[in-house]
Amino acid sequence: MANAAVKELKEAKKPRWKDLNLSDDALIEMYKKMLTIRRFEERAAQEYGKGKIGGFCHLYIGQEAVGVGAISALREDDYIFTAYRDHGQAIARGMDVKPAMAELFGKATGCSSGIGGSMHFFDAERHFMGGYGIVGGHPPLAAGTAFATKYQGKDSVTICFFGEASSNQGVFHETLNMAMLWKLPVIFICENNWYGMGTAIERASAGGDLYDKAAGYHMDRAAVDGMDVVATYRAVTEAVQRARANSTPTMLEARTYRFRGHSMSDPGTYRSKDEVEEYKKSDPIVTFGAELIAFGIMTQEKIDALDAEIKQSVQEAVDFADNSPEPPLDMLHKNVYA
Amino acid sequence: MATLQIREALNQAMCEEMERDQNVFIMGEEVAQYNGAYKVTQGMLKKFGDKRVIDTPITEAGFAGIGIGAAMVGLRPIVEMMTWNFAILAFDQIMNNAAKLHYMSAGQFKIPIVFRGPNGPAHMLGAQHSQALESMLAHVPGLIVMTPSNPYDAKGLMKSAIRSDNPVIFLESELMYGQKGEVPDEEYLIPIGKGDVKRAGADVTIIAWTKMVAVALQAADELAKEGISAEVIDPRTIRPLDEDLILESVRKTNRCVIVEDSWPFASVGTEIAHRIHTKAFDDLDAPVEKINAADIPMPYANNLEQEALPNAAKVVAAVKKVLYR
Repeated sequence: MANAAVKELKEAKKPRWKDLNLSDDALIEMYKKMLTIRRFEERAAQEYGKGKIGGFCHLYIGQEAVGVGAISALREDDYIFTAYRDHGQAIARGMDVKPAMAELFGKATGCSSGIGGSMHFFDAERHFMGGYGIVGGHPPLAAGTAFATKYQGKDSVTICFFGEASSNQGVFHETLNMAMLWKLPVIFICENNWYGMGTAIERASAGGDLYDKAAGYHMDRAAVDGMDVVATYRAVTEAVQRARANSTPTMLEARTYRFRGHSMSDPGTYRSKDEVEEYKKSDPIVTFGAELIAFGIMTQEKIDALDAEIKQSVQEAVDFADNSPEPPLDMLHKNVYA
Repeated sequence: MATLQIREALNQAMCEEMERDQNVFIMGEEVAQYNGAYKVTQGMLKKFGDKRVIDTPITEAGFAGIGIGAAMVGLRPIVEMMTWNFAILAFDQIMNNAAKLHYMSAGQFKIPIVFRGPNGPAHMLGAQHSQALESMLAHVPGLIVMTPSNPYDAKGLMKSAIRSDNPVIFLESELMYGQKGEVPDEEYLIPIGKGDVKRAGADVTIIAWTKMVAVALQAADELAKEGISAEVIDPRTIRPLDEDLILESVRKTNRCVIVEDSWPFASVGTEIAHRIHTKAFDDLDAPVEKINAADIPMPYANNLEQEALPNAAKVVAAVKKVLYR
């Protein structure tokens, strides 16, 4: 949120979360999660550079408000699916940074025992249903979980994160169609960071606003400022209420930006430095931190202390990952079949 | 014992399992109101209602994925593919999600799901509706592939498929749904990975599955007239493969012919022949022979289609070749 607008709200003594039933602790927790993701991802980039992490590694830096805002609106018995840029949402769901970092290091103590890797984080206990590596391949799974909870008479909902490039895939549209046809309690959250790898969305997607792709299915839909954790929380909360009460799906387009490349091997020649710098002005962590300070919920000293604490926990996660054993060789043939 | 068609045996298996377990449901194109494109789901909508017998739009990838997501949280979907030709659209869901989720989550998620429908050439359906895909499916670790050849096996295997905690590919045939056979009145299950001797013999082993079993048996009848005793082995599941049964038979007969209506290149028969050649080499009196469909997209014309497909005469000729007659 722009400083002027915050100032105005402050003068009116009206924090914009007043109607959202968010305690100070809940707000601080959201801030803490975003900062944890940021520090985790920065460290992951360093460790990747040192060769501790292999393969593809897609960082969530810049997009933290989407994952944290959305997941904070859920209950423990709700379900989450995402694509391969999945570290952030796992942490937002409460995964400790240790098993997260250990998974990147390919260690037995990782959240997928070192078998999944960066793109395939799983945490069944937290209903974190996984990161998926085929663009647009996982939305039907999320609809399937929503189908199952409805079948079982539960009021759990499922949220499905995906990048904007997925919205051009056929199976994505098949899923929207069936989610609406069968009234499934699923919320599709398109994280529009404007680039599918190096291809700008306007070069890949015909038509106007991405959320309007749901219009053909008469599905509830909206755009949300994905650089704003409170706005994202609000939009997802409303969608979750609809899903729980009426078992209807929603498509949200969270407009966001990744400050880093598509993956670690991306030099980013397809977008200008000016554009990146412009988006960094609305850094979701900086702006939310300023707002919390403005309303007296945090102080700069508290933020600095929290940052130090988080950096320490990430350091411990790196040490934990480094010192953890590799998966035993007998894991190679384990779990092919249940 | 009742005499049932394969479609009725499959229907019984699914109905029994749906009565036994509320988590089992079936979805697919025309499975409910139309009672199934090939009437395998006849009467199921009436019996179980539209919560558990669900017509889908024609979106194979989408509803395959919905089934997989439902299986991740404890449901046991049966997904009918009107034919496996159409299921090719769902191969990403089957290969990348169903087959891999248990492994890549290090065992955190099980995928108890059955994908079933007719596979292989039927009759004069042309190139896009006439292909046997078992080698493509059996290639994928994480999948179980079942290939029943009669009503008894179809029912017993289907019940095991539904109770399995793994994704099962269940390959039927349009031409076999009306085929009749005896099915016991009492409940039975056929264990996954157990083949069956469809005809005992001493001189040569013929290996075949689904509708090629009938071709192999017909060939065995012809051969018997000439004093050649053929043993017909039906693996019943392609993956896992009952290698022991195959090797045991080949060690006895010392000769083997494999019959399949899929294309020859990198086929299931190629894999079976390789295993026989490496594991029973010293027992062989001749190289293993393979009869396949011709290595072409299937033509429509009746004469050309017949020319392309395996038949008893081709099997008899192959048997004589391995017998050096």
